[in-house]
Amino acid sequence: MDEAMLLSILLQTAYASTPLLLSSTGEILSERAGIVNIGLEGIMLLSGFVGVVVGQETLNPLLGILAGIGAGALVGLIHGMITAYMKGDHVISGLGINLFALGFVPYGIYAVWGVRGYFNPSDQAKVPKVFGVSPIFIASLVLVPLIYYILFKTRFGLSLRACGEDPHSADASGVRVERMQLLASVIGASFSGLAGVFMSLDWLTTITKDLPAGRGFIALAIVNFANWNPLLGLLGSYVFGFSWVAIEWLKISALKQVIPVTLLNTIPYLVTLAVTAGALGRSRPPKYAGVPYKKE
Amino acid sequence: MSLQLKLGERYKEILFSISEVALATLIGIGISAILIKAGGYSPTSAFFYLFKGAFGNLYGLYTSLSYSTPLMLTGLAFALSVRAGLFNIGAEGQVYIAALGAIIAASLALPSYLYLLAEFAIGIGLAVMWSLFAGILKVWKGVNEVVSTIMLNWIAYWVTEYSRSNIFYDPLSPDRTIRIPITGRLPILVENTQLYSGIFISLIVVIVTYVILWKTALGYEIRAVGLSPSASKYAGIKYSLVALEAFALSGLFAGIAGVMETIGRPPTYAIVTSLTNLVNLGFNGITVSLIGRNNPIGIIPASIFIGGLMAGATSMQIFAGVPLEMVQAVQGIIVMVLALPGIIRLIKSKIRRR
Repeated sequence: MDEAMLLSILLQTAYASTPLLLSSTGEILSERAGIVNIGLEGIMLLSGFVGVVVGQETLNPLLGILAGIGAGALVGLIHGMITAYMKGDHVISGLGINLFALGFVPYGIYAVWGVRGYFNPSDQAKVPKVFGVSPIFIASLVLVPLIYYILFKTRFGLSLRACGEDPHSADASGVRVERMQLLASVIGASFSGLAGVFMSLDWLTTITKDLPAGRGFIALAIVNFANWNPLLGLLGSYVFGFSWVAIEWLKISALKQVIPVTLLNTIPYLVTLAVTAGALGRSRPPKYAGVPYKKE
Repeated sequence: MSLQLKLGERYKEILFSISEVALATLIGIGISAILIKAGGYSPTSAFFYLFKGAFGNLYGLYTSLSYSTPLMLTGLAFALSVRAGLFNIGAEGQVYIAALGAIIAASLALPSYLYLLAEFAIGIGLAVMWSLFAGILKVWKGVNEVVSTIMLNWIAYWVTEYSRSNIFYDPLSPDRTIRIPITGRLPILVENTQLYSGIFISLIVVIVTYVILWKTALGYEIRAVGLSPSASKYAGIKYSLVALEAFALSGLFAGIAGVMETIGRPPTYAIVTSLTNLVNLGFNGITVSLIGRNNPIGIIPASIFIGGLMAGATSMQIFAGVPLEMVQAVQGIIVMVLALPGIIRLIKSKIRRR
């Protein structure tokens, strides 16, 4: 194996891991504040779509990225209103987000471009490379330690974590629990939004109704695997990301004589099942993650 | 006297549930009207043809009922899990794998009278096994069932798609599998419609499940575990066992749905490319269950409603030009609204406060 190939595999792994990393980091922040959002998959899909619509209309990738993040934030706002303020069921609201995206995006693809199935943005709408690599990938590597620092080394992070761990005490010490949870939901969901727009405008540069292909749920598995710690999430995301690169690699290798290409597609899901089954037992979620907080 | 009071309370509860679902549906329709308008289509014409295609004439009604047949069961699969405190969203994959089981049976050289039995046995067996995977991971390793069932859905998708294209393809028509032999098919109920006799099986399963949930020890245990896992432990209920039973039962329901769609719905009697004749039956069951308030009896009208949306979607696409996926988005909005506990009470208390 020569140097160029190794570099290419490394870069492919980095790209395949970036959406998982962004999405799981956002969800860690959100769950640390007590808001569980299983709609990550749907947010990625919606944001990927909105990013392409805006990017293609304006031929400005930056506006596309911002729109994708904005779409994620909006979903996070709605989810936060439902769960934090109106004490709704976290899981059901998240299921609703996924179902909505699954219908809305193929509808939107047809309504906007008059095509069925998929749309590829034109070159001017795609995110340009910076120093030969994706700027969103670079951003993800900056954002993760930043979120870690905020969560564990700042007063704000302490208050945020208190909302997920012991909201009654947080409330008693003057933290406005619901407002904090809403904020965490919005920030968390915008990370999945960035993940979606990374896929649609930067890495895969296409929008289809299967764009996230289960990545939102793999990100949820990573949150567990990482024990709600963004730095461990980095490790987890790269392990899972590599499994996607492995498929493409195996598809061109000699192994395709033994295992048919269609079946190779199951690898990331099998890896996720195997790793979560092997690694769990040690992790502990924030005590009030997913539990509606009711003032006494 | 006290019984009357109790009955009155119960009717009040049911009335509340119905008005909540009605409100959620109205919000769903309202928001989707905005989205349809934004897409450049006419909401009035969209809803007109949606309704017309679903319930506007006998043919539409039969089609709606034909879709309610699998949805009743996938809805029941989700509802039973929720009753046990589990969010098992694996019905989608279990439907695929059960359909594959039916095709496997059809590929065997059997005496003609054995096909029906073999299809149900292999299909349901595979689906229950698929569901139990997630159950075992949950009980032994604490793996979140939302994650594991979605992973299993994707694995089921690719395994079934692989089997369709590489093993059980029809040499004369490679875009689908071999067809179910005529003696292995469920009879059609109304000629020239898609309504097949499976709807009776669905109704029987729903009613039996209702009886199991509220009149048997197993049902009591499932509901007790769902209400409070820790309290049920003190009552001597084995959580792991009850959870596994819930996973097995929901695999059973989804399995029946997957088999029946393959051996009952005319005219294909096969699995087609990208599993398009099976996709979303499991996910739509989630909406059905939530609209039916996770109650087997509530699931019957709920499945006819969502079945109607599926039937009307085609007519909406043909006559109003609105892509049929819109009905999926409507369901998402309805589910999000239904996440709110006692939304009617919430609104009432807000109004009173003012």
